[in-house]
Amino acid sequence: MSDFDQELDASGLNCPLPILRAKKSLASMDSGQVLRIIATDPGSVKDFEAFAKQTGNELLEHREEGGKFLFLMRKS
Amino acid sequence: MSEKKLAIIATKGTLDWAYPPFILASTAAALGYQVQVFFTFYGLQLLKKKPDLKVTSLGNPGMPMPMPMPVLLQALPGMQGMMTHMMKQKMKSKGVASVEELREMCQEAEVKMIACQMTVDLFDMSRDDFIDGVEYGGAATFFEFAGESDICLFI
Repeated sequence: MSDFDQELDASGLNCPLPILRAKKSLASMDSGQVLRIIATDPGSVKDFEAFAKQTGNELLEHREEGGKFLFLMRKS
Repeated sequence: MSEKKLAIIATKGTLDWAYPPFILASTAAALGYQVQVFFTFYGLQLLKKKPDLKVTSLGNPGMPMPMPMPVLLQALPGMQGMMTHMMKQKMKSKGVASVEELREMCQEAEVKMIACQMTVDLFDMSRDDFIDGVEYGGAATFFEFAGESDICLFI
């Protein structure tokens, strides 16, 4: 997985917490910086896609690894 | 991106039904929506400083139970407290936020919360019972925002 500027571990959290925490993290970052998000909620896969689409933040990558979902999101 | 608007009417005051308005309001705010929630009748319980919300299986055959139980047993004293306790434990173990936590996030995201003044009067409630930042108004107040909203929900 490529580089990131900040990491958010949302493991164990359920809807809508991963999205809300990610929003909070992104708010403290600069435009163009990349946030790495770790989640265990299977619903977060579709939710982060929808979040990216609606907020303009770019979902660079998402994959599953050992029961965890990893996302890279670039702040718009 | 132009700001969309979500208007919600929250009318229910049980632990389970406290979730939809706060989940949708906080998520919409995170997506960039401007959000207003109008709390009326039992929904006002969700604005109490210390909300004492309960869940009950009575009148709700859809509620999953750990074991099948006749309705008359479900009505015994203490059952509601027990079910509420079990529900809270389950939510905690599944990483579901508490109602207070979600409400705080709504406040942080500047979700506007309006309490129905008529219901406050009707139930002899005091404004001191409610969290700070709540505004008070009536149906016309709701329509001022709802009339321009993109999504309007009655919960």
